[in-house]
Amino acid sequence: MQKFRFLIALAAAKLSIVALKITRHNGTNFPGVLALRICPDFIRYIGKPKRVIAVSGTNGKTTTCNMILDALTMDGKEVVNNRMGSNINSGIATSLIQNATLTGKCKLDMGVFEVDERSALRIFPYLKPDYMLITNLSRDSIMRNGHPEYIQRILTKYIPKETRLILNADDLICSNVSPENERVYFGIERMPGDKDRCDNLIQDFQICPECRHKLEFEYVRYSHIGRAFCPHCGFKAPDYGYAGCNVDLDAMTIQVREDVCGGEIATYRLLNDSVYNIYNVVSAVALFRQLGYSREQIQEFFNRMSIVGTRYDIKKVADKKIHMMLAKDKNAFAGSRVFEYISQTPGTKEIIIMNSCQDDAVHWSENICWLYDCDFEFLNHESIKNIVVCGPRVKDYRYRLLLAGVPDEKISYTDKEIDAPKQLKYLDNDNIFVLYGTDSITLGYKVAERIERSISCE
Amino acid sequence: MRIEILFPEICNLYGELFNMELIKKSCPDAEFTETNLNDEPLFSSDMPDLIYMGTMSEKSQELVIEKLSAYKDRIAELIEKGANFLITGNALEIFGNIIEDKDGTVVKGLGLFPFTTKRDMMNRFNSLYIGEFTPDDSESAMKIVGFKSQFTHSYWNNAASVSPLFETLRGPGLNPDIKGEGIRVNNFMATYVIGPLLVLNPPFSKYLLAKCGTADNSIVFEDAAMEAYNARVEEYSDESTGFYY
Repeated sequence: MQKFRFLIALAAAKLSIVALKITRHNGTNFPGVLALRICPDFIRYIGKPKRVIAVSGTNGKTTTCNMILDALTMDGKEVVNNRMGSNINSGIATSLIQNATLTGKCKLDMGVFEVDERSALRIFPYLKPDYMLITNLSRDSIMRNGHPEYIQRILTKYIPKETRLILNADDLICSNVSPENERVYFGIERMPGDKDRCDNLIQDFQICPECRHKLEFEYVRYSHIGRAFCPHCGFKAPDYGYAGCNVDLDAMTIQVREDVCGGEIATYRLLNDSVYNIYNVVSAVALFRQLGYSREQIQEFFNRMSIVGTRYDIKKVADKKIHMMLAKDKNAFAGSRVFEYISQTPGTKEIIIMNSCQDDAVHWSENICWLYDCDFEFLNHESIKNIVVCGPRVKDYRYRLLLAGVPDEKISYTDKEIDAPKQLKYLDNDNIFVLYGTDSITLGYKVAERIERSISCE
Repeated sequence: MRIEILFPEICNLYGELFNMELIKKSCPDAEFTETNLNDEPLFSSDMPDLIYMGTMSEKSQELVIEKLSAYKDRIAELIEKGANFLITGNALEIFGNIIEDKDGTVVKGLGLFPFTTKRDMMNRFNSLYIGEFTPDDSESAMKIVGFKSQFTHSYWNNAASVSPLFETLRGPGLNPDIKGEGIRVNNFMATYVIGPLLVLNPPFSKYLLAKCGTADNSIVFEDAAMEAYNARVEEYSDESTGFYY
């Protein structure tokens, strides 16, 4: 009976793909949503690739997943993936439907799936990854994800015991996922700019899991990310299997020393100079090595790769640069990284902050607790001349910026995001950062177009 | 003014430590003691002007209960003497009888107040909140605004023991069936409202600072704080603003 139900669901979903193509609505999760509605355990019955790689984590999973897919494509592999859809069960179901025969057999041998951490319970009972890479676990949407320990608990409960894990040793929340599973760790050795003590508002793993005394760090990058140890009982973070080292931001390269493999070192191209993206590269190197690719092959992958434009993009217009940056809505951790990156970028800067959950504002009011987890203090910087806040929460942003020490005269306001360019000062050699959220990617690009027009008309 | 922050290394979710940051910025002379899990609490031998504890993970709740169990009688004595406590989010649950998880596990609380907490980790409850707080000996109530985001609700064991901190106007009380929110016994104040409660509610912050004995209870950037507060009160009072997420 269940199998019959599955076949009905598959047929309906396949028909919906044809209908969506005719009506030019490609890229939606509708086929998966439909299939799961007809057959709730659809993923159990649909054919899966022989080899499955899953990528999860709070931040960086989309970028890392895209890197992996790009590399596998370069290697000539055809891979089932949910790049064009969502990372929850309906997105994964859609990608499996698209690559299934009419009887539900998978046409391809390999699958790479970005998996939303909270969706693990709906996906992993049926889809068993051979490898799972977890980039990091940190605070995210308070309403959806609660706190990172909760997410760690979900992953530990639902990741299949046979899955080999690739985990971030610099993140003790991540490195403690599913302690019974086989695993390798990646991490990055001390980098310029690392600190001895954490100065971020979010500090999520402060006590020793063995003796509850406060942990210290050999080096800390931000929040709980760094190399922790307990001076009281000797507990320490796991050793790196793949150690990023000798980061060279002038040459845009990093070396990865393979302590799992006799300490051999190779140099790889970095795609971006943000610490997040450096971690993404090291994690992907670890995965590729686990998959059996040679160092030379991986070097070639990175030489030919680029990061997708919706996450970070720079456009030079006259003497100015427009920086488009995704700062995920309601995500204080990601917001802090973006603010820190901006504060460290050389030159004169103006910022438009428009990651204000525009979709939420339609129905209710944004939960702004995250503003007080996020290090707005980074924006209290001499080189930042003007901060434009917009949307429904301007008064909250103003108060938060004042508490962060930003002088009132540096804060500008506008109700509508699209009017934000009018509040810019267009200073000489200006770096204009547009921070948009996942609710406002299209709007962010419209704002950037207006900025470009204003600069061109100057 | 002396303030003790209990276990900030684990009780620090949802921006709640900024409640203390607001006091630091508003009252630069205030003295803060941060008590860690392996420390002897200041309140064990002294009576600070305010004792604060904020939201934590479920695992951390067990550590805190284990730690505070040794001081249960002292906490009861301090409450009786009128010591000021501000307890936010699920830190409130520490003081009840038990926390019952839907998976069958039961965590015994300090048992200082007769209520039971029920937890369902697969269902997170999210809402906005607006209620009223009535200062001591005052007819005029002030509006309280904020957020709720939790896996739990708490239930008084009998109607006679209900002793709320806020009277709810919109949103749930201590549980969705009642309008009374939080706990208020003498100057022990606990609420499920999470996050930067004091930042969002300057009138309540001023009340609290006065209660703690400050001569000047003004709030840092008070005009900007009031502007944001008034806008939020208006927004949350508007029936067209959705309240549950």
